[in-house]
Amino acid sequence: MKYLLMICGDESHANDGCGGWSEEMERRGVVEGGAGLRPPTEATTVRVRDDELLLTDGPFAETKEQIGGFVLIDCADLDEAIEIAAKHPAAGYGTIEIRPVFVPPPGVV
Amino acid sequence: MTFEDVYRQEWGQVVATLIRLTGNWELAEECAQEAFAAALERWPRDGVPDKPGAWLTTTARNRAFDWLRREAVGSAKLQEVAAMTYEPDPQYDVPDDRLRLMFTCCHPALAMEARVALTLRTLAGLSTAEIARAFLVPETTMSKRLTRAKQKIQHAGIPYRVPPAHLLPERTPAVLAVLYLLFNEGYSDVVRTNLSGEAIRLARLLVQLMPDEPEAAGLLALMLLHDARRDTRLTADGVLVTLEDQDRTRWDHTVITAGVDLLDAALRRGAPGPYQVQAAIAACHATARTAGDTDWPQIAALYGQLKQTPVIALNRAVAIGMADGPAVGLRLVDDLAAGPLAGYHLLPATRADFLRRLGRFPEAAEDYQEALDRAATDAERRYLQNRLREVSVGA
Repeated sequence: MKYLLMICGDESHANDGCGGWSEEMERRGVVEGGAGLRPPTEATTVRVRDDELLLTDGPFAETKEQIGGFVLIDCADLDEAIEIAAKHPAAGYGTIEIRPVFVPPPGVV
Repeated sequence: MTFEDVYRQEWGQVVATLIRLTGNWELAEECAQEAFAAALERWPRDGVPDKPGAWLTTTARNRAFDWLRREAVGSAKLQEVAAMTYEPDPQYDVPDDRLRLMFTCCHPALAMEARVALTLRTLAGLSTAEIARAFLVPETTMSKRLTRAKQKIQHAGIPYRVPPAHLLPERTPAVLAVLYLLFNEGYSDVVRTNLSGEAIRLARLLVQLMPDEPEAAGLLALMLLHDARRDTRLTADGVLVTLEDQDRTRWDHTVITAGVDLLDAALRRGAPGPYQVQAAIAACHATARTAGDTDWPQIAALYGQLKQTPVIALNRAVAIGMADGPAVGLRLVDDLAAGPLAGYHLLPATRADFLRRLGRFPEAAEDYQEALDRAATDAERRYLQNRLREVSVGA
């Protein structure tokens, strides 16, 4: 079975680290990938309604909507990320939040 | 030219170039600041250089270079710094980076208030304290807003560039919207007129940098045509004066001519847009010799070309009412009353005005009172009080 763990918490714990959890799970060979996300203040949400691209600064806050999937992309910049997100059909009925992935300083990983 | 003039003229260019060279917004601002401080110290002693802008850019670039060299640890960073030194000498080659700065500050992935603040700080060179005062927030709040915006640009990967051609149709309006909002912030408030001045200055720059964009010229024309009437909008004791009653001899006719010329040149390109249309409406008002000479049928037709938001629809109803008579106007306004404008103070104010023109004073009084209860500014309230008195006496 494959599972996605969605790690939620308020920002006061942003720099807490994983206390050896990552190393242990890597050893057990159960981790297929993962990353820390940059804070929600750096998020951009994308919606397309009536063929119009609607951008919002910040995370999505629609309580009726639930996370239904995720895609990790690697592209040139936020403009390209927005273009890619806007092409996804979910942008037309739901919301796609673009969150930059935390890039650790060189030498850490 | 005073030092203040040089600062206002060169700040944006120095910061814009430094951001391109270093990719670091905070560092760019700091080094620009240091370059101006150095100029203030040296120019009185050594004389003002031939090209003050190039001198400032070179000085700021050298500061940035020194800082990066001190900070550079990894070899990648050192290569970056080395590459920087091979930049062509700005004395000979100064590419204008201000347009890319403008587009980046106005990126739609930033909140509107952040776009406005960032534009004022990095392009116009206003201090954080000045911007905070202009938007009536504490300096710490404004400082956080600016820092957050710069962090988002850096970490979320907002590119520092003029968008490619296929993105321009949606991105240019985003820049125009920021400048127009800035203008309106200053225009709607007599205390913050300096914001309108900054908006006009930035719009001029945009026209210079995008000479083929008629909407940029349209926006500048629109600003000038409004600004020419600035001093006649309020009486000495702060009562709003409507367009009809403004002293047209006190309008700035040089500015009006400049606005009309700019608009004509833009319209000749045959690509009209909302700013050119709004400027054309403003031009109809500004070029009418008396209020009675106003070409209301033309104004009504122009409003018809704009996207019909509730406020535009109300303005169009006013124009049609002025062209075809207050009874027609009243019917159109009543049609709008059920819509999203319910509660908007200009709706009863407009209705009251048509009723007054029809001589239906008691009903007009009721609507003036309702508008008065909802009015946003003191100037409007004083105007509405005067009207209310007038129709109460008339009745």
